Amino acid sequence: MEALLALAIGTLAGCGVWLVLRAHTFPVVLGLTLLSYAVNLFLFATGRLVIGQPPVISAGASYTDPLPQALVLTAIVIGFAMTAFVIMLALRARAELGNDHVDGRQDNPGEGER
Amino acid sequence: MSPAHLVILPILVPFLAGALLLALRDLPMPLRRRLDLVAMLLQAGIALALLAATSGGDILVYRLGDWPAPWGIVLVADRLAAWMVLVTTLLALFAAIHAGDGTDRQGRHFHVLFQMQLMGIAGAFLTGDLFNLFVFFEILLIASYGLLLHGGGAARTRAGLHYVVLNLTGSTLFLFAAGLIYASLGSLNMADLAQRAATLPADNLGLARAGGLLLFVVFGLKAALLPLFLWLPAAYANTSAPVAALFAIMTKVGAYALLRADTLLFGDLSGALAGLFDPWLRPLALATLVVGMAGALAAESLGRLAAWLVVASVGTLLTAFSLGATGIAAGLYYLPHSTFAAAALFLLAEAMRRRRLASADFFTPDADLPRHALWGGLFFAAAVAVAGLPPLSGFIGKFLILRAAPDRAVVWTVILLTAWMGVIALARAGSRLFFSLKSPDPDAPPLPVFEPHSAARELVAILGLLGLILALTLAAGPAFEFAQDAAMQLTNPAAYIGAVLGGFSAGAP
Repeated sequence: MEALLALAIGTLAGCGVWLVLRAHTFPVVLGLTLLSYAVNLFLFATGRLVIGQPPVISAGASYTDPLPQALVLTAIVIGFAMTAFVIMLALRARAELGNDHVDGRQDNPGEGER
Repeated sequence: MSPAHLVILPILVPFLAGALLLALRDLPMPLRRRLDLVAMLLQAGIALALLAATSGGDILVYRLGDWPAPWGIVLVADRLAAWMVLVTTLLALFAAIHAGDGTDRQGRHFHVLFQMQLMGIAGAFLTGDLFNLFVFFEILLIASYGLLLHGGGAARTRAGLHYVVLNLTGSTLFLFAAGLIYASLGSLNMADLAQRAATLPADNLGLARAGGLLLFVVFGLKAALLPLFLWLPAAYANTSAPVAALFAIMTKVGAYALLRADTLLFGDLSGALAGLFDPWLRPLALATLVVGMAGALAAESLGRLAAWLVVASVGTLLTAFSLGATGIAAGLYYLPHSTFAAAALFLLAEAMRRRRLASADFFTPDADLPRHALWGGLFFAAAVAVAGLPPLSGFIGKFLILRAAPDRAVVWTVILLTAWMGVIALARAGSRLFFSLKSPDPDAPPLPVFEPHSAARELVAILGLLGLILALTLAAGPAFEFAQDAAMQLTNPAAYIGAVLGGFSAGAP
């Protein structure tokens, strides 16, 4: 289970980083989304992986750590809002700059804004 | 209001004011501005009360929901937090006065976003919990996205897109860092983390170090530390002037977080994790200072020049923070000075944009300014402050920083050399803006003399910021004494840990 989860997180993060480094806004937004999926899974795993245990602290019995689950919930909500915002911003940039290049220019991408 | 709740007020007041302004969005603009101002003055009073309550050395702890410390979220006000809240509030007051000249009409909800921004910044300074710090960072960031893009325009949107994407990536890294630290140390309360770090099992050391250094990257991005400063000049130079002035504190939020983590999480008590940032902080800070000043020399407009000087001031500040207790004290004295001076320069750049019709704030010849001597004089005063020339507080700040590094030739060389570069950059800017005039064409009709009717607000804001610098110069003794006390408190984290985790709950409701 550990290897599978680690692979999943690694794949998501790797694809996310690659996409964020693209030059057009749509892949960048997708990359940010993948990165946030990766970090949500990662946060979930920081409480260690346990199966079939209650997420409530009870005397004597073992339990899954409830704190990372609360953290993931917060991170999901914030990530969701941020994704919505960046999509709106990407659409506005597309409208105002005339194309979806992250520097707003298609022809000579080397000549970015200083 | 009982003093026990004083710690949460700097977060609640802007939040309630923002919510109220949102609900009353149909009120006429002058009324909304007045409401905004009243909230800001109230916040300033609270910040002063907080400063008075913490200046004796008490560490006020506010347990939200009265949950005991390592489990519940705590807000902690020590001298550093109170100092930062006060600086933010004073800066925001003058930025908001300046915004009242019409900037707040360029888009919707300017004052709402402004108050939410203040809430996020105050929360970041006051929280004692690592994950809560992340949440407040997100609050201040999402408000800053709105403020940065306020008014729109292609250049602003392009710079804003870079800023937003970089900061979202930074937030993801922050979550990875918080996760690693929780996985290795088993807590998110910063005082508890500092305590647990001392008894960290060797198996988890690698994880904890990786998490700590990721935190360094995240805070470095917020502070615009080399090499993560590239977003700053375009973003700050392209946004509206009051927003750029307010953002002068945003890099200081990153510097604050670096200082807090360096002295508390990775302070002397943290065993194997102690001094985790030390190999990185000073070299990167000095390099940031050099690159920032080089950028200032190359800048083509006053707005860009001010933005590059913000980068350089972060370098100076973090250099000071890397020099131990005396350096931290000098840095804490220098911090408000550099914030106010940079903000004044951004507002002056906007004044140039409004008055030089042909070339805005670019260093190209233009017709003479109306009230040449007034604006020239204001620019001269701000330039003296920013460059760190006597008699203003920049000189005192830099002098104190140099005094904190008695045997470090590199620090002396870099700080003195960059101060000289700054003088050149500012002298060039001033002579190009005020002396290099386009000779009027004798046949053409004379250009209309243009003086915006917003001049009164602009003058109040700029003179107010310069007045704060003057006050910091005149009250250098008490201010530095306070900074020294704050530095002593920071370098002895045992009191902080004891106040948060221990029995005596000075500020618990």
